Amino acid sequence: MADTVVGANPDPHASGEDPNRRDFIHIAAGVAAVGLVGGLAWPLIDQMNPAGDTLALASIEFDLGKVAPGQQVVVKWRGKPLFVRNRTPKEIEEAINVKVADLRDPQTDEERHKPGKANWLILVGTCTHLGCVPTFGGGEYGGWFCPCHGSVYDTSGRIRKGPAPKNLVVPDYAFLSDTKVKIG
Amino acid sequence: MSGHSTYEPKTGFERWLDMRLPILRMAHDTIITFPTPKNLNYWWTFGGILALCLGIQIVTGIVLAMHYVPHVDMAFNSVQRIMRDVNYGWLIRNIHATGASMFFLAVYIHMFRGLYYGSYKAPREVLWLLGCVIYLLMIMTAFFGYVLPWGQMSFHGAVVITNLIGALPVVGPAITTWLWGGFAVDDPTLNRFFSLHYLLPFMIAGVVGLHIWALHVPGNGNPTGVNVKSAEDTVPFHPYYTVKDGFAISVFLLMFGVFVFYMPDALGDAANYIPANPLVTPPHIVPEWYLLPFYAILRAVPDKLMGVILMFGAIATLFVLPWLDTSKVRSMRYRPTARLYFLIFVFVCIVLGFCGAHPPDEPVIGHSPSGMILLDADLNSWVWLSRFGALYYFAYFWVITPVLGLTETPLPAPESISSPVLSHPATTPTGAVASPEKRG
Repeated sequence: MADTVVGANPDPHASGEDPNRRDFIHIAAGVAAVGLVGGLAWPLIDQMNPAGDTLALASIEFDLGKVAPGQQVVVKWRGKPLFVRNRTPKEIEEAINVKVADLRDPQTDEERHKPGKANWLILVGTCTHLGCVPTFGGGEYGGWFCPCHGSVYDTSGRIRKGPAPKNLVVPDYAFLSDTKVKIG
Repeated sequence: MSGHSTYEPKTGFERWLDMRLPILRMAHDTIITFPTPKNLNYWWTFGGILALCLGIQIVTGIVLAMHYVPHVDMAFNSVQRIMRDVNYGWLIRNIHATGASMFFLAVYIHMFRGLYYGSYKAPREVLWLLGCVIYLLMIMTAFFGYVLPWGQMSFHGAVVITNLIGALPVVGPAITTWLWGGFAVDDPTLNRFFSLHYLLPFMIAGVVGLHIWALHVPGNGNPTGVNVKSAEDTVPFHPYYTVKDGFAISVFLLMFGVFVFYMPDALGDAANYIPANPLVTPPHIVPEWYLLPFYAILRAVPDKLMGVILMFGAIATLFVLPWLDTSKVRSMRYRPTARLYFLIFVFVCIVLGFCGAHPPDEPVIGHSPSGMILLDADLNSWVWLSRFGALYYFAYFWVITPVLGLTETPLPAPESISSPVLSHPATTPTGAVASPEKRG
């Protein structure tokens, strides 16, 4: 082999000295490996998102006839409590007479109920701070009080005091008839 | 310290195995002959205690998993069945539940030991980081485990903690839904928490292996903080520290036993004996005692996102401590000023624990507000005490530790581990040089 002089047989394909070709193989193999790992990782991550049957149970119907004026019924919806409240005229008036600009999460009372249905207030019953269930009748604004960290909501479910950043969430819902709503 | 191995295979089988898998050699070098500083005090026995705690939790946990049912309709009752019907189920579950508290008690002593004696300083930074990883995994494991009995505190604790992640801007709500596997804490959540609660202890065991590996490269620190200089400074691990650790473990198990047999519910919350009800939150939500200081820091801030950032920051700070400390002296035995700030730090951590256990607006002293009003609240309230405590917690790591290392005048440290003992012949009985007797 000693007489195989360097350069005597300059065959670029025989030696491993073509950088572009070797680089291409490395990069292609690397990309394929990353793509493969990513493709396998995504199903493993996404399996933790809500499953099909969980999503299928995501809407309910509720008969409002059961709720007398001044009453609140708590329904379970998507694993969370839902407050269905039949407000008294006094509560509605209190909710309207608030200076919206002073609120932490400014919203008028009208934006929080369906047109012409001011007495029906439907809210997701979890505190927007850390998800505890507020109790009705507590706090100084005539609405809800969260026992966990002391957030106070008014008669429209708007945040007035305490650590919660947002108003109680109004879920997507529609009146199917005068006494029936579909939530979700 | 990982010097030459002195292992000599005694039988033909041991020689055969040693050529193929020198596992007995490793065990011998680690547990029998490992040269250990001869002045370790009882604060150094908590490593062994912690290894035992992990073992106890894994063994009792595997047994409990044979009877527990991770389903929202059956979880609570299956735990009650373990307590009432399964043979010795009451014992195994009490050991497991109490064991979590004992594990954290031991780890806190172990961590404070590390802070006081500067165990995180060069060349042991990686050892400290691995310890922080273990601590983080322990918190996660304990949280997942606390959800499993599916009582009121389990459920609403899980709600509050998972909602913390929802505080993150933009991605928060999506991540929370992903964690829940639904629109609230529910059956999918319970199932995955059970799976992770089973997995994480084995990950802890893996990191513990790395932790011990990282310990055996530089070797143990010691109360003087002075490096080992000669063989005279060390004794073999066995019998000296196997016996010392064994004695400490015995005392620890006595205390463990008192809780298991006489007050198994003392460290838990009565509300967790009420089955989970997503529609009613208990009036007062608290985590287990070992997480109360962090809970107090969370509540100290009126802003949701900032509270979450500070709470995680309190743990993240531990990871960077080796690079915050500017002092060249390891042990606080020779840093009187640092020792003072350290003792205040320990006190503040305990005070923060009490803060986390009380409703934020309740007065600390007396039963009525004192009228010391500042900004939005009464100064005589747990939330304000939490604020001062949280301030000191962060100041200790980010201000006091870096500044003090540059400004203080430390006391002279001894030449070697042996010299303080050998320089007082009057108090040293004859033969004490080779004696195993060591003093803290």
